[in-house]
Amino acid sequence: MATIAAVAPPGANSAADITDKALVGEGLTKVFGGFAAVKDVNLSVRRGSIHALIGPNGAGKTTCFNLLTKTLTPTRGRILLDGEDISRMRTSDVARRGLVRSFQISAIFPHLTVLENVRVALQSSFGTGYQFWRSLRAVAPLNQRAEELLEQVGIQDNRDSPAAALSYGKKRALEIATTLALEPRVMLLDEPTAGMGHEDIEPITELIKRVAVGRTVLLVEHNLSVVSTLCDRITVLQHGEVLAEGSYQEVSNDQRVVEAYMGGIDE
Amino acid sequence: MRLPLLAAVVAVAILLVAPFYFYSVTLMTIMCFVVFACSFNLLLGYSGLLCFGHAMFFGGAAYITGHLLKTTPMSLELAILCGGIFSGLLGLLIGVLSIRRQGIQFAMITLAFSQFVYFIFLQSSFTGGEDGMQAIPRNALFGLFDVSDNAVFYYVVLAVTLVCVFVYYRIVHSPYGEVLKAVRDNQPRVESLGFNPERVKLLAFVLSATMAGIAGGMKATVYQFATLTDASWPISAEVILMTLLGGLGTLTGPIFGAGIIIMLNDYLAGFGEWALISQGVILLVVIVFFRRGFVGEFDALTRYLRGRRAEAAVTKPENSVQAL
Ligand SMILES: Nc1ncnc2c1ncn2[C@@H]1O[C@H](COP(=O)(O)OP(=O)(O)O)[C@@H](O)[C@H]1O
Ligand SMILES: [Mg+2]
Repeated sequence: MATIAAVAPPGANSAADITDKALVGEGLTKVFGGFAAVKDVNLSVRRGSIHALIGPNGAGKTTCFNLLTKTLTPTRGRILLDGEDISRMRTSDVARRGLVRSFQISAIFPHLTVLENVRVALQSSFGTGYQFWRSLRAVAPLNQRAEELLEQVGIQDNRDSPAAALSYGKKRALEIATTLALEPRVMLLDEPTAGMGHEDIEPITELIKRVAVGRTVLLVEHNLSVVSTLCDRITVLQHGEVLAEGSYQEVSNDQRVVEAYMGGIDE
Repeated sequence: MRLPLLAAVVAVAILLVAPFYFYSVTLMTIMCFVVFACSFNLLLGYSGLLCFGHAMFFGGAAYITGHLLKTTPMSLELAILCGGIFSGLLGLLIGVLSIRRQGIQFAMITLAFSQFVYFIFLQSSFTGGEDGMQAIPRNALFGLFDVSDNAVFYYVVLAVTLVCVFVYYRIVHSPYGEVLKAVRDNQPRVESLGFNPERVKLLAFVLSATMAGIAGGMKATVYQFATLTDASWPISAEVILMTLLGGLGTLTGPIFGAGIIIMLNDYLAGFGEWALISQGVILLVVIVFFRRGFVGEFDALTRYLRGRRAEAAVTKPENSVQAL
């Protein structure tokens, strides 16, 4: 397994090097009826890295994540994807530019088969999504790619079962396969291990590591052991502001972070 | 996969000889409502959009088709098609204004629009107001064939119905149908995959309205009159009932639902209010005990039986669970 950190060229910390940043949030602020859930957050995700967003409950992680995924519109601030300002774009347009999110609750299509779930995503760039007059033979060329993706996440044996019948862990895997179908340059994962038992956490962590090769990943994660094994860089939020940023080592030795976490996180 | 094809062939064969055994006007009425219910299922069953005013497309097209046949020498099939196009355009207009709303809000907006459309038809002179539009002629088919006799006209209605049911089947099993079902299942996810779900739903609304219009136009030519009833709330409610009774989101559900309700109405017609009361009772029973509807429950039963057989045959229990 390739180590992602090695991909980063020397001098990666130079602020002027914009092309090195896959995703940047500048001065992000989100106000909900007078209450600032996120305040002037600056965040940059280095290309090819796995970056985690952590913090105690109510810190603003989900809000921050939703701003970056364009689910929410920022009150102030800008979001740059590969240097392009995407602050005012629709979610669907951003997805076509290579920024694709997953959801905290497994976002699958329960009444479609596993293969169909992935095929819907493949149709996005194939351009058949509005062809109501053609038979499904029109999308048969996508089946092979869909099967490859299912194989990549290890659920090819469930190809024809309804997605609703999958186990929790396999639903997550299916969601990742569906996300990969868009060949995203940047993947945003919202608590990928939320609600999982021990037996599911490890395979999903491995899977994320595997599919992250050659991509940029930003994830919100509660489970600190997952963060420590998976992530190159960590941003800690508290009260809507960035408290600390750095490697797992740096962050976990930071006194303010330790204090913030006292009785804070449900690990 | 050969069984459904066989069933379709048998069904068509029965329909071809049916007018020799049953009253052809009842059969034609059933077919009009089969098309109408299919259009509704496309919306509620496959897009998750609940329209409370679908009668405006049905009744509106009935007036347009009737008006064209009365005032122009337009051939029969073109007049029905124009009724469908009218409803499609009406659907586009109302869809653009309401498709962003979800759930009950969407339902209430469509209801409001349908009341408005009803009012316009009530006030217009071309519709004949409360008296309805009478004596709609059956102009020659393709401008050539005389179809004024019901024995002949039955086959025209059958042909149009078969085409519509095929189109409905095609939409459900098309690349677009796959995306549509995905929107129904999880709209935010579809958007995050790069689609515009509102546009997907708008297309479904327009297709559904068009098909409802074809059904309405066909009904105007069967009865040779069009009335305000066709565009009224009870018809909107009846198509909901048919779809739920047959099985929401099942391909053949609306076909059975429409057949059962029309036959029941026909049978109970002599009993006055009993027709309405029995509809209410049926709706209750379906909602409480048979939520999947006629076809849905039948599918579940066959799957259950097949699953049990598979369980007995396969040693690994995991497989049969997945087959379910
Ligand atoms: N839609 C909203 N409306 C009002 N307040 C919100 C909304 N979403 C989040 N908040 C508030 O913003 C703060 C941060 O929430 P959130 O981003 O969900 O934190 P986290 O995900 O880190 O637990 C919380 O105090 C929460 O109550
Ligand atoms: Mg949260």
